[in-house]
Amino acid sequence: MATIIKSYEPTFWDKLYLPALMRGLIVTFRHFFRRNVTIQYPDQKHIPPEGYRGLHRLNKFPEGRIKCVACEMCSAACPADCIHIIPGPSPWDGGKERYPVRFDIDLLRCIFCGFCEMACPEEAIELTEIYDFSDYTRDDLVIDKEGLLEVYDLTKDQNYYTKNNLSKASSVDTPIDT
Amino acid sequence: MDLLGFTIIVVKVLVVFAATMLGVLVMIYAERRVSAFMQDRVGPNRVGFKGVLQPIADGIKFLMKEDLVPERVDKPIFILAPAILLIPALMTFAVIPFGSSINLFGREIALQVADVNVGILYVLALTSISVYGIVLAGWSSNNKYSLLGGLRSSAQLISYELAMGLAVVSIILLAGSLRLNDIITDQQGSFLSWNIFRQPLAFLIFLIAVYAETNRLPFDLSEAEQELVGGYHTEYSSMKFAMFFMAEYANMITAAALTVTLFFGGWDVPLLDEGSLGLFGALLSVLSFILKVAFFLFLFIWVRWTFPRFRYDQLMRLGWKVMLPLALFNIFLTGGYLTIKALG
Repeated sequence: MATIIKSYEPTFWDKLYLPALMRGLIVTFRHFFRRNVTIQYPDQKHIPPEGYRGLHRLNKFPEGRIKCVACEMCSAACPADCIHIIPGPSPWDGGKERYPVRFDIDLLRCIFCGFCEMACPEEAIELTEIYDFSDYTRDDLVIDKEGLLEVYDLTKDQNYYTKNNLSKASSVDTPIDT
Repeated sequence: MDLLGFTIIVVKVLVVFAATMLGVLVMIYAERRVSAFMQDRVGPNRVGFKGVLQPIADGIKFLMKEDLVPERVDKPIFILAPAILLIPALMTFAVIPFGSSINLFGREIALQVADVNVGILYVLALTSISVYGIVLAGWSSNNKYSLLGGLRSSAQLISYELAMGLAVVSIILLAGSLRLNDIITDQQGSFLSWNIFRQPLAFLIFLIAVYAETNRLPFDLSEAEQELVGGYHTEYSSMKFAMFFMAEYANMITAAALTVTLFFGGWDVPLLDEGSLGLFGALLSVLSFILKVAFFLFLFIWVRWTFPRFRYDQLMRLGWKVMLPLALFNIFLTGGYLTIKALG
């Protein structure tokens, strides 16, 4: 079916351009009074939505024991190959269970895809909402088991950033620094 | 000239110079904040209260930067160019009356540095000189982008200057004088005696030309970051670059002051006789002048963040085929009106 396209002939009013210019000025003037959308970053932090994939954590049982059983499903699922686990016999139950002696994540390799938390049968590894964990050296950006457990303590009760926004602390040390 | 008269003139020069430079600082801050607000951002707000010290921080930064003179530039011209741009920009303000007159030490002091009887010609001549600064900066940089920026600036000059001059001619016809004070006196009275209501067409042409004159968007062809890197000031750094920056804002202040003088009654407060109020009246006139200039400076920023840049041939077409005939037509109308009035 043929479509008839009407070409637009500018009228004299259009050719004056001045009304169009005025309308443009009004648009920018209205924006002048609109609330700005800037988040004043170090003072005020963006709160990521539920399901945000940031820094990892290793979950603990209420009594404090690590949930991870060092099955290495996560490191197998990891497309970036950034999870390195050294398993060993657990210090509890007389060494009958597996547990991670070392659990290192190379955060510079990680692509934050979340496959590890999907692969985990024990719901031990999870991604949190923490996004500002920059550091100065590559070595400092390899997080170990202690660090990952500490992230759990920081994020288990409430959103990490709501807490920091309330205290308005501008220099919040992420667990990586400790 | 006696000592007192000399002192008064020196004080006036210093006050006007300081006021212009202060205006430049305010404009740098205002440009950044207003542009931020128009884009729903915050803008600089860290240095001092709400960021008001930002221009000073900028100035310190410029002073600390390495003053680079690239190899194979035309060195004397390269160094001279920013000065050629900045000095006329600051000199132009000398003839613009910024208030009525005050009585001090038993004499009448006009609030104007120099009451030149060809004031408008002086302004037009000096603002044209500042274009040399841009052309020479572009030429001496030994850089193709800078050269293109300089070339565009000269092309721009010939396309707007004629229309601008002719728009001013119709004002001169009405006032019957080239003195800026006479033009202001001619506009005194109610609102309707301001030239914007008597010469709306001339105002429109003049306003558009002023944007081309000050190299502001939509006519900042000689800078054109997107196409020409930085245009004429690509190779400049440190205080030399800051001088271009200051010249741009000083030019804007002068252009706004000139627009106010020619079309908005200058320091005239409508429906008020400033002379009868003495010192208070003079202060009121200065305040009214500053407010009017501030509005036009805001308009400069407002327009900059609203309109896209004209293409160089579009500016030429606008200048030669639209503005020039309109300005001539306007002179014809004004002349006809004056003739009929003279005949009775």
